[in-house]
Amino acid sequence: MREVYIVGIGITSFGRLEYPLVEIASYPSVVALQDAGLDTVDHLFVANMGGGRINHQTALSSAVLDHLSLWPAGSETIENGPASGSSAVKLGFQAIASGMCETVLVAGAERMSEVNQLDATDFVATLTHPMAEQIYGITLPALAGMFTRLYMEKYGVTRRHLAMVAVKNHGNAMDNFFAHVHTRVTLEGILDDRDAETNNPVIADPLHFFDMCPVSDGGAAVVLASKEVAKKLGKPMIRIAGVGQATDTHAVHERPDPTELTAVRLAAKRAFEMAKIEPKDVNVAELHDAFTILEIAESEEVGFFKKGEGHLALERGETQITGKIPINPSGGLKAKGHPVGATGVAQVHEIVLQLRGQAEKRQVKDPKIGFTCNFGGFGNNVVCTVIKKEE
Amino acid sequence: MSVDLEKLLRPVDTPLPPYPPKVITLADGSKMVVRQIGRDDIPDLLPHVEALIHHERDYYDIVSVRVYAELLAYYRYRVVDEYVLIGQINGELSAIVNGRIYSPEIGMSYHTLGLKRGLRIGAHCFAAKMEYHIDVLKQEEVLIVAESPIGFRRWMIEYNLEKKFEIPHELGGSPSYSLTREIFNRARGSLIVGSRPVPQDLLDEAMEKILPPSDPPKAPPDFLAATRAKYDSTGTSIIADPKRKKVSHA
Repeated sequence: MREVYIVGIGITSFGRLEYPLVEIASYPSVVALQDAGLDTVDHLFVANMGGGRINHQTALSSAVLDHLSLWPAGSETIENGPASGSSAVKLGFQAIASGMCETVLVAGAERMSEVNQLDATDFVATLTHPMAEQIYGITLPALAGMFTRLYMEKYGVTRRHLAMVAVKNHGNAMDNFFAHVHTRVTLEGILDDRDAETNNPVIADPLHFFDMCPVSDGGAAVVLASKEVAKKLGKPMIRIAGVGQATDTHAVHERPDPTELTAVRLAAKRAFEMAKIEPKDVNVAELHDAFTILEIAESEEVGFFKKGEGHLALERGETQITGKIPINPSGGLKAKGHPVGATGVAQVHEIVLQLRGQAEKRQVKDPKIGFTCNFGGFGNNVVCTVIKKEE
Repeated sequence: MSVDLEKLLRPVDTPLPPYPPKVITLADGSKMVVRQIGRDDIPDLLPHVEALIHHERDYYDIVSVRVYAELLAYYRYRVVDEYVLIGQINGELSAIVNGRIYSPEIGMSYHTLGLKRGLRIGAHCFAAKMEYHIDVLKQEEVLIVAESPIGFRRWMIEYNLEKKFEIPHELGGSPSYSLTREIFNRARGSLIVGSRPVPQDLLDEAMEKILPPSDPPKAPPDFLAATRAKYDSTGTSIIADPKRKKVSHA
């Protein structure tokens, strides 16, 4: 396999963007191409989950490619639920690693504010098992609530731990200009005070409002290139050192132990094996914290901490930007936002910023290796990447 | 015969009991004091409301322009039995809510304007307004309409308000929703929060001066618009820009 480098990055603000989906995908693409110093690419992958359903826009990649005048490059739209972004990065990686392409533009975009929040929740719920879950009215917050209850009973995670994740990630997002939520929260305000129950009401017991990611619009893009092209461009040599993907049962209740995120564990293991590193070598990570519990659970499954001890590491401050393994310095999905199709690409964007040393106030000290975990479905289709800075 | 027209134009207010101030802890841990203000304080509010009149996001424009008119009408004695409550964080103005006494039993809710976004500031102050009608003025119901989707979520959905569509609301004649005493009692402790008495230092700080909001609602950064303005409507000319460094990999 050939080596693959990330030579350009671009992003929009996350939040509510009153532009067509095509432009939300195109803008970061223009920025990423400009960052790379390229005027064309061999191929375009556009990650998106809801274009056909909520934006009345199918064949998104063709529209974006035309918008960017990138003809006659090939293009595909990639849909893999909330892991669409990382799947698109993976396919871009494969296209270059195989020798089929020299340069690939990977964009991710979503415009969820096209519909109201109830409809957005309903749209995301279409990723669940149609006959075993969806017909009973399951939603992702409901699945996460049940998962959290089991996790609490098994491992002693408390509401305080969940709130600590929210406090940390909201704090990180305060330093991220592109984040959806710029609101600092405190344990007093969302947990301890007598008014906290109103500030932070139950959404899907035991998960509360501040345990949930927002419904966001947003786009992100990265330009991938072969080693030869990357050298010519003169950008920092940031290499995709490993990619891993794994799947699990579609219906969560069919798993022997629903608290085990097997696909996360296997996807991470495969990514680490390809990169020939251990979890302990990672300096900064972006984990898929659509719900606060997921940051804790994923931090264990990918191997940063022993199973059942992620919340203890959180207590010790190990996941803070200044900690042993900083997690979600961008603010994560929790506060940076979660435009589903763009999320995986945005995670890679953040890691590249960190490795380039361009993350400003939220910069992790001198990172060499970054990691992303993009969680599709409710853990049934997961993509992880290891990204390495080469001197 | 000379006539003092101003006396004819001014309605006569009913003396109303004051709203006892309270303090609410917000999600960021800050303390918001909610208190009633009088006519003399209105000029301190108007510039901060005026600043939002052209803010075309989340219906701030229409709500601000109406609040401005209602405050001015209160200040100039052109509305009867109006009251105004404000929220202050560290002395800074964070919300304005107002309403009117329609009859001894019925209150008329006017507007809720958050001058700092997030943290349920508007929702908390709306709840205080309902508290004033039901607990302090001892009214049986408050007629309400929403002018924004956020307002609709916060009032109609969260409180599950009763439809009173046969009654046109004073704000534009829209069909009214009603917050009854029963609905209010259900919301006690969940949507209606805060504590009394307000610690003296917080109250003194609030009473001393109404400080301008340091983080008022503002337009979000709009990178897409910036790109379109700088380049062209499709964003494609950036690619054809001859000044850009080009690297061919072919």
